[in-house]
Amino acid sequence: MEVLLGITGKDFTLIAASKAAMRGATILKASDDKTRQLNKHTLMAFSGEAGDTVQFAEYIQANSQLYSMRNETDLSPSALAHFVRGELASSLRSRKPYNVNLLLGGVDPITHKPSLYWLDYLASLAPVPYAAHGYAQYYCLSILDKHHHPDITLEQGLKLLDLCTDELKRRLPIDFKGMVVKVVTKDGIEEKPFDDDKVVKSA
Amino acid sequence: MVGKDCVAIACDLRLGLQALTVSNNFPKIFQYGDNVFLGLTGLATDVSTVSDLFRYKVNMYRLREERNIAPRTFANLVSSSLYERRFGPYFVSPVVAGLDPKTGQPFICGFDSIGCIDFAKDFIVSGTATEQLFGMCESLWEPDLGPDALFETISQALLNAVDRDALSGWGAHVYIIEKDKVTKRLLKGRQD
Repeated sequence: MEVLLGITGKDFTLIAASKAAMRGATILKASDDKTRQLNKHTLMAFSGEAGDTVQFAEYIQANSQLYSMRNETDLSPSALAHFVRGELASSLRSRKPYNVNLLLGGVDPITHKPSLYWLDYLASLAPVPYAAHGYAQYYCLSILDKHHHPDITLEQGLKLLDLCTDELKRRLPIDFKGMVVKVVTKDGIEEKPFDDDKVVKSA
Repeated sequence: MVGKDCVAIACDLRLGLQALTVSNNFPKIFQYGDNVFLGLTGLATDVSTVSDLFRYKVNMYRLREERNIAPRTFANLVSSSLYERRFGPYFVSPVVAGLDPKTGQPFICGFDSIGCIDFAKDFIVSGTATEQLFGMCESLWEPDLGPDALFETISQALLNAVDRDALSGWGAHVYIIEKDKVTKRLLKGRQD
């Protein structure tokens, strides 16, 4: 019941991930951060098998930072997405594949175009305007289909995110302990305050 | 699909996990040289992996031979590359379309996931809407269609076939390949 959400807008990409770290039916931690910053303009959120997720994400983070140091320039979100896909695809055909689903959001450092990449554990890569992983897909994609426009402002984007999380609170059988919300703009990555204690009445 | 001194290749744009649509902008046709095209249906990750693999192989071929690859040569490359994975295949059913660089003759063929080539002189279909596509192509296609008639035929065949298949559709790309002109068109199609 891990939730990953991503929304792009006019000049930003929003990434949100649930705070609950779960093991079976037990919640081990209610302040987990399932995101890693790859470089100044790219953020990755991950879900999947415990252990695989952080291991893979930090491997990607380290390699992206190594690239930035060696070349004194950052990889673009598109380049990073294809790099990550390559790593995940070669892992898929190995003896023990990584079981990791990813959302990769960023703003191109040159064109300032926001972008979002949806990547699952099979290494299927799709550039999308908005995305979700896991059960959240079934509830959120239809809401976003109706309300999303490519040129929304950050305020509208955060409103959309509220719409999605409210629906998840209403319909998911397990409490996911709120969301970590981060926004990528041309100026970098910033964490946004999010009201985790908001009570949503069931229908 | 074969025409008179031209060929056409078309694909839909949907990417889905069974009934859930993830993206409606996932092209499945890739260009390798001036008039060699590859269409890939099947598991999305293998569509990307295989298209990247052939981009690498065709670029290496071009550097070694100092010329572009011919469609027939490319088809044999696809076949042997897929058969290399005989006991752990890529889950894709490729289609190759192109014009022979020397004679200008149209060339099309299809493959199964382990590289068995299916040569055809009319049309090749592949994917979840195979049955519907066979029906449409069988009734609409005729020999020696010109580029414009071929575009109309392949577009109507594809659009009407994917509308009867819940797992395909959401827009289409159509390529018409002529001697020294390639036209790519985006068809909107039904968005439901």
